[in-house]
Amino acid sequence: MNKISDAFRNKKAFIVFITGGDPDIETSEELIVAMASSGADIIEIGIPFSDPIAEGEVIQRADERALANGCTVDKLFEMVERVRKKISIPLLFMTYINPIFRYGKTKFMRRCEECGIDGIIVPDLPFEEREEISRDCKEFNITRISMIAPTSHDRIRMIAEGAEGFLYCVSSLGVTGVRNEIGTDAVRMIEESKKVTDVPCAVGFGISTKEQAREMAAVSDGVIIGSAIVRIIEEYGNRCVEPVKKFVKGIRSAL
Amino acid sequence: MHKKGRFGIYGGQYIPETLMRAVLELEEAYERYKDDPSFVKELNELLKNYAGRPSLLYYAKNMTYDLGGAKIYLKREDMNHTGSHKINNVLGQCLLAKRMRKTRVIAETGAGQHGVAVATVAALMGLECEIFMGKEDTERQSLNVFRMKLLGAKVNVVTSGTMTLKDAVNETMREWVSGIDDTHYVLGSVMGPHPFPTIVRDLQKTIGKEIREQTEAAEGRLPDAVIACVGGGSNAIGSFYEFIDEPSVRLIGCEAAGLGIETKRTAATIATGSVGIFHGMKSYFCQDAYGQISPVHSISAGLDYPGIGPEHAHLSDIKRAEYVPVTDDEAVEAFEYLSRTEGIIPAMESAHAVAYAMKLAPAMRNDQAIVITLSGRGDKDVASVARYRGVSINE
Repeated sequence: MNKISDAFRNKKAFIVFITGGDPDIETSEELIVAMASSGADIIEIGIPFSDPIAEGEVIQRADERALANGCTVDKLFEMVERVRKKISIPLLFMTYINPIFRYGKTKFMRRCEECGIDGIIVPDLPFEEREEISRDCKEFNITRISMIAPTSHDRIRMIAEGAEGFLYCVSSLGVTGVRNEIGTDAVRMIEESKKVTDVPCAVGFGISTKEQAREMAAVSDGVIIGSAIVRIIEEYGNRCVEPVKKFVKGIRSAL
Repeated sequence: MHKKGRFGIYGGQYIPETLMRAVLELEEAYERYKDDPSFVKELNELLKNYAGRPSLLYYAKNMTYDLGGAKIYLKREDMNHTGSHKINNVLGQCLLAKRMRKTRVIAETGAGQHGVAVATVAALMGLECEIFMGKEDTERQSLNVFRMKLLGAKVNVVTSGTMTLKDAVNETMREWVSGIDDTHYVLGSVMGPHPFPTIVRDLQKTIGKEIREQTEAAEGRLPDAVIACVGGGSNAIGSFYEFIDEPSVRLIGCEAAGLGIETKRTAATIATGSVGIFHGMKSYFCQDAYGQISPVHSISAGLDYPGIGPEHAHLSDIKRAEYVPVTDDEAVEAFEYLSRTEGIIPAMESAHAVAYAMKLAPAMRNDQAIVITLSGRGDKDVASVARYRGVSINE
C-alpha cells in the first residue's frame, strides 16, 4: 500500500495545508513539525504562485506574503530536506502546473524524491492533462493526487479509477476558503467513487470548525483544512506556531 | 497525448476539475450549433444588422502617399457597433449561451472594449452581466467603465495582483467556478482552455475572409502583408486565419513592447517570454525562472497581458507569422499620426499595428499592398494620450 493511503489506516485522516514560506521559511518549518506532533496525518505544503486561480482571498494573500518574503521552489526543497529529518508523516506539495513546468518536470520530481516529498496536488492539471507529469511522477515515486468536484458527475468513475494515495473531494463549488455551510455533494461524490476504488476519500474546501470536520469525517475517510489554518498564520505572523498547534489539536480531538 | 484543442504543442485544458464540466459542455454545444442553420442564420443577421458587418476596407490614400511605399488599407473593425472587433466574438458566444440556457454572462476586460461588447449584447439578449476589470484599468479607461454600467452591467473592480487584465482573468475564472450552472464565461480573446481559442478564432475569422474579398475587389489580388496588434490575439488571428495557407501573404502581429523589450516594463510575450502553462493553456508567457508570472506593462490596457493565444505561439514557432515589438512611444506617435493624416483615431491597441506599418510600408514597392486591422476606435484613449503628453483635460 502507498505511504499516503497508509495514513488513513484505522482512523479518519486529518490533512492540513499551509502555504510554504508564509510568513517566512523558518516559521513554515516550525509549523510543519508542530502540526505533525499535534495530530496532523498528512501535510500539504503550498508552493506560492503569483496567480493562484483556485484559491480564495485568504490563501491568495498567503501566497503574496510568501513571494514578497523571497520564497522560491528551491528554498522550499531545502526546507523540506531539513524537516524530513524530524518527521515521517507524508508530505505533499500543492502547486500550480507552471512552477513545475518551468523548473523542469523531471528535475522537479527528482528533487521531490530526494527531499522526501511523497505526493503532489496540482489543481490546474485535470484528468485530461495528467500525462503532462505522470511519467515523471512515476519515475520518482511521487503520488499524483486526483481531485473530484461537485460538477464531476460521470467523470468521477474515470478519475477515481486511476486515483492513488487519496482522492481529493472538493466539497463545494468555488475557490478555497472558509464557508459557513458546506454542501451535501460530498456524500454523493464519495459514494460514486467507492464503486470503483479502494483509495481513501478526503474532503476539502470550506472546512474550518470542529463540527464541520466531524460532519465531513463521518461521510468520508478524512478531512483537509487549509484556509482556517492560514488565517491563523495571517493573524499571528511568526508567532503563529502555538495557536496553530492548538487549532490542529482541537480538530484532531473532534475526529 | 490527446490532440484536442492543440496547436502544435500549445493549447490544452489546464484548469481545475470544477471547470471541466463547463468547458466540455461548451465544446459540445459549440460543435452542435456552429453549423446549425438556424444558429448561423441568427448570428449572421446580428452581425449584419446589429454589428454593422461587413466592416469597410478603406484605402488610406494620404498615409500611402506620405509614407511613399506600399498601398495601405485599413480594415475598419473600429466601425463596428461598440467600436471594436470584440462584438464579433461576443454575439456568437452570447447566442451560444442562450442556446445553452445560461441566464448570466461574466467576462474579463482590459481596455474595456470586450466588457462593453459583452454588456451591450447582454442588454440586447436579456442576460444578466458582470464584468471584471483591474483597478488600474478602471482608472485609465474610466469612460468604458461608465459605458458598461450604463448598459446595465455590474462592474467588479479587481484589486488583486497587478490589478490589470491578467488579474481580471483570474477573478473571472474564480467567479465562474462558483456559478457554472447558470453562468457562461464570455472569454474575450483566443486564449484560455480549449475550446475558447478555437471558438473565438472561428467567430473572428470573418475579418480575414472579408479582407480577402475586399482586397481582391480593390486590387485584383491578395494583400502582401496583413498587420494586426496582439495581446491575447483575437483580432490578429481573425485577420490571419484566412491567409495561413497563402504563403505570399506576410502575417505580422504587433506586440506591446511598453518601454522596450530590453526593459522589464514590457508586455511583448513572444519577444521576451518563454513557454509555460497558465490561464488554462500552454503558450508563451512573461515569467521568471521559477514560473511566477511577471508584471507586464503597456500603455494599452488591452495589450497589457503576460501571455499570448496558443495558436499564435504555434504560428510563431513554425515561422508562419512574425511577431514584432512596438513601444509605447511608437504607438502614441502612430495614434497621433493616423488621427492627423486620415482623420481616424485608432484604439491605442490598434495604433501598435499602425506603428509597424509605418516602418514597413516605405520599404515596400508601390505596387504592393498592406492591410492593417484597426481593431478598435480610439475615443477611449484620448484622455490617456493627453496624460501621456502632459496635457491636462477634464473628461
